[in-house]
Order: sequence, then C-alpha cells, then structure tokens
Amino acid sequence: MAAAISTTLSHHTSHAAVQRATHDPKWVRWTLTGIALLFLACFLALPLAAVFAEALRRGFGAYFSAFAESDALASIRLTLLAAAISVPANLVFGVAAAWCIAKFNFPGKSVLITLIDLPFAVSPVISGLIYVLVFGLQGWWGAWLMEHDLKVIFAVPGIVLATTFVTFPFVARELIPLMQAQGSDEELAALTLGANGWQIFWRVTVPNIKWGLLYGIILCNARAMGEFGAVSVVSGHIRGETNTMPLHVEILYNEYNFVGAFAVASALALLAIVTLVLKTLVEWRHAQARKS
Amino acid sequence: MSFLRRERSVLPGFGLSLGFTLFYLGLIVLIPLSAAFIKTAGMSWDEFVAAVWSPRVIASYRLSFLASFAAASVNAVFGLLVAWVLVRYPFPGKRIVDALVDLPFALPTAVAGIALTAIYSKNGWVGQWLEPHGLKIAYTEIGVFLALTFIGLPFVVRTLQPVLEELEPELEEAAASLGANRWQTVTRVILPELLPPLITGFALAFARALGEYGSVVFISGNMPMRTEITPLLIITKLEQYDYHGATALAVVMLVASFCLLLVINLLQKWSRRYYRV
Repeated sequence: MAAAISTTLSHHTSHAAVQRATHDPKWVRWTLTGIALLFLACFLALPLAAVFAEALRRGFGAYFSAFAESDALASIRLTLLAAAISVPANLVFGVAAAWCIAKFNFPGKSVLITLIDLPFAVSPVISGLIYVLVFGLQGWWGAWLMEHDLKVIFAVPGIVLATTFVTFPFVARELIPLMQAQGSDEELAALTLGANGWQIFWRVTVPNIKWGLLYGIILCNARAMGEFGAVSVVSGHIRGETNTMPLHVEILYNEYNFVGAFAVASALALLAIVTLVLKTLVEWRHAQARKS
Repeated sequence: MSFLRRERSVLPGFGLSLGFTLFYLGLIVLIPLSAAFIKTAGMSWDEFVAAVWSPRVIASYRLSFLASFAAASVNAVFGLLVAWVLVRYPFPGKRIVDALVDLPFALPTAVAGIALTAIYSKNGWVGQWLEPHGLKIAYTEIGVFLALTFIGLPFVVRTLQPVLEELEPELEEAAASLGANRWQTVTRVILPELLPPLITGFALAFARALGEYGSVVFISGNMPMRTEITPLLIITKLEQYDYHGATALAVVMLVASFCLLLVINLLQKWSRRYYRV
C-alpha cells in the first residue's frame, strides 16, 4: 500500500515537473505578452494613429479640401497609372519565370532565382539612379532621346520604369516556391488527356496558383503605389505632372502644409490597411484551400 | 535547349517562358544595373577614391552602418519576443496584431517618415515629454535609428515565426523528462534551434536598413557630417549634377548589399540544412 502511494506520488511529481519544464508560468506569459504588445503599440500603432490624428487636426473640412486640389488629384492619377502598368507587367513576368523555373530543369536555375531577387537588395535611391544613367541627359541614350523629342527621366515613363524595378520580384517570388511544391503531375495528366499548352495553363495551373497569384499582386501593388525613393530620383518633382502621391506628401510637408501632407498620407495609410486586411484574408483562404 | 526539354519535361512553353524571363530581367534589371558599374569604370582610381572616401562620405557610412546595426539588433531581440508571443501564447486580438506586424512593409516609407517625425518632434506625442528632459530624438542620430527600427521590424518576426511553429513539442518534453527546468529547456534546447533564422532575420533587417531612404530623410534633419545617411548623399550629389560621384557611391553600396545578399543566401542554406537533419 505504502509502495503504491509512493509510486503514484512520484509519478505525479514527475508529471508536474514536465509541465513546469514545457510550459511557462502565468506571470512569465503575461509579462512577455505585455512587453511585446507595448513594443508593437509604440512602434506600429502609434505612427499609424499619428497619421490620421495629424490629418484631422483642423477638422474634416480642411481634410477633404486637401483632395480637392488639382495637384493632389493629378498625383493620385499618376500613382494609379504607374501601378496599372507596372503591376500587370511584373505579373506576366512572374508567371513566366515561375513556369520555366518550376516546371523545367536547366543549368543556371539557382543563379536565375538569385537574379530575380536582386532588386530587393538594391537601395531605392540607386534603383532610380540607374535609370538616370541609362535614359538621362548625360546617360547612354540621353542624346538619342533628345533628338527624337522623347522624355523618360523627369517624365512619366521614368516613373513607371523605376516603379517596375522596385516591384520586380514580388509576384515571381510568391509563385516560384508555390509551383515548385505543387509539381507538374496535374499538368502532365492534362497533357495526356490531349489539352494544349494554353488549356493546361488556364484550366489547370491558374486555378492551382490563384491564391499565391493574388497574394503577390496585393504586395506588388502596395509597394508600387507607395514607392518613394526610386521615384523621387527620376521624377523631377514637377507639380501636377510628375508627382506621385508619396512625392506630393513630401512637397506639402516641406511647404509646412502639414494638414495637406498628412491628409494625402492618410489615403496611403488606408491603402496599407486595406492591403494588410486583404493579405490576411488571402492567407486564411489559402490555408483553407490547402487543408481541403 | 531543345534537348533539355526532351530529357526533362514534356510540358510546352519552356522556350517562350525562359526567353521572356531573361529578356525582361535583362531589360529592367541587368542592363540598368550594369550602367552604374560601367559609368564607374570610366573614372580614374583617384577620382573614385575622392568620391567615396571624403570625410563627409565616411561620416555617412558610419551613421548608416551603426544606426542600421543598432536597429537590426533591437529588432532581433524584440522580434524574437514578438514571434514567441504570437506563436506560443493565446491572447485576444492576436490575428489583428499578427497582421499589424507587416505594417512597415505595407505603409509607404514617406508616410512612415512624416508620422515618426510628427511623434518625436518637439510638439509631438512623445517628443513633448522627452525634450524637456534633454532627450532630442527628431533631427538626431536617434531619430535615424528609430526610423530604421520601424522599417526592419517584420523581418525577424517573419523569419522566426514558421520555424517556431514547426518546432516539435517532443523536443521540449524530452528535455524536461531528462530533468531540465524551463530555463534550461529554453536556453539550451529552443534558442540554439532558433539561432540560424534569427541571424538570417537580423541580416535581412540590416540590409534593408542600409539602403533605406524615405522613412529616414524626414526625421534625420540631414545635417552634413552628423545625420546624413549614404543614400541621401547620393541624392545630394545628383542634385548638384555630380553624376560620377553619385554613381561611385552607388557602386560602393551595391557591392556591400550584394555581399550581404550572398551571406543571407548562405545563411538560409545553412538553416535549411540544420532543420532537415
């Protein structure tokens, strides 16, 4: 009897010891969670709140009048235009790159993957500078462009090019690992059933990668609309002509028109919030689709 | 290339997709990037050294490097904490907090820059409490450090999170049944497992901070020799039509970030091998 009690006891204590060693005590959990949340509140929530607070400092009238200005509207149009060109271009590229990397074997594949990631390693300022070196007045094709009365730098084409450069890897780097993990079995099955290349792509591949595709597009678009450094170098800051929304924010801010600057900034912050919500939804749907 | 296709895969579209990929990569990325190196190759050695090693430039390297290093270190510590809390502890609103971690990726850098400046300047929410005590943040090196901490924040969290999620509970149970207490389990079993992704996240945050421009220019005040980061110096030289000087600096930064990219790739390979075993 005594032996039985002692084994139960020792079993009990060892279980408690394992519990102690694999689970954190309550006070540790609470302290760590508290510090983490405080850190995130100071570094993330505070700046986000500050944008809206500063924008609404003089009330809604002043807030909305910032958007009524023709320069602000022009900057919104240009931002939308730059995203409308660069995102689809990088989308087509991303799909093509993922198709050849995931479905085929060829020498130099890992080098190609590294090169696709290259724009992420380049400072935004340098991303703008290299286009100035190619298309600027002093650049390779500057004289030729002058002769034909074409403007790339300090004009819309330069802004589109710089935006395309900084958003270059987004879609490709989402799709490559996804398509590599999925393999080619379904496409091969479609092929043996007599489907041609485009049928395979549209009816088999696209439905399989749609969530990854959407995810890449969302991130690519957010960066395209928000890019500042690269676009700032090639834009020339001509009001109403070559200012995107982030550049318009800078100009208003430097003119001490803080309400106007933060009002336009708040539109960009809203875009960021929408991006985060969509991203979370897509992640959730993607996880659901993978489970089923 | 046709022999490769026959050998490896019967799927169509290899030539078209690889051809387009290489064409587009060359047009958008490789040719423009090579322009920077070719332009610099046209400079004499003395010109190059004068452009990239003057006292003002060295001061900017110092600030860029030290502020990025400090910011990435803070991100490593707090990123580890945030990732741990997000993966291990339940609390209300977790999904929102998790989504918010990506804010620095989604928020345009110029918006982050003016927001941080507004908070930490003399009349701002935080600045008004700190400046009377002699602690100036906006328009000082500390401001640069804060902005770089903001933009580097998601890197460590997002590299650690998947590793922490896949860490098997058996590992900790085994340590416990061998007599380890919680502190020993964490420091001797869990932390060593997390070291490779932690270093990778640190390197990613550091690399991003080195090149950052938009969030820093507003809060730094841009005083030569004191709060001028290297990317800003490139812009300054461009505005003075000193294309050679700007390009030479750009090449120094490009070489530095390519070296970092190489290190990061090796680190990722190392940590992947670490987990397969």
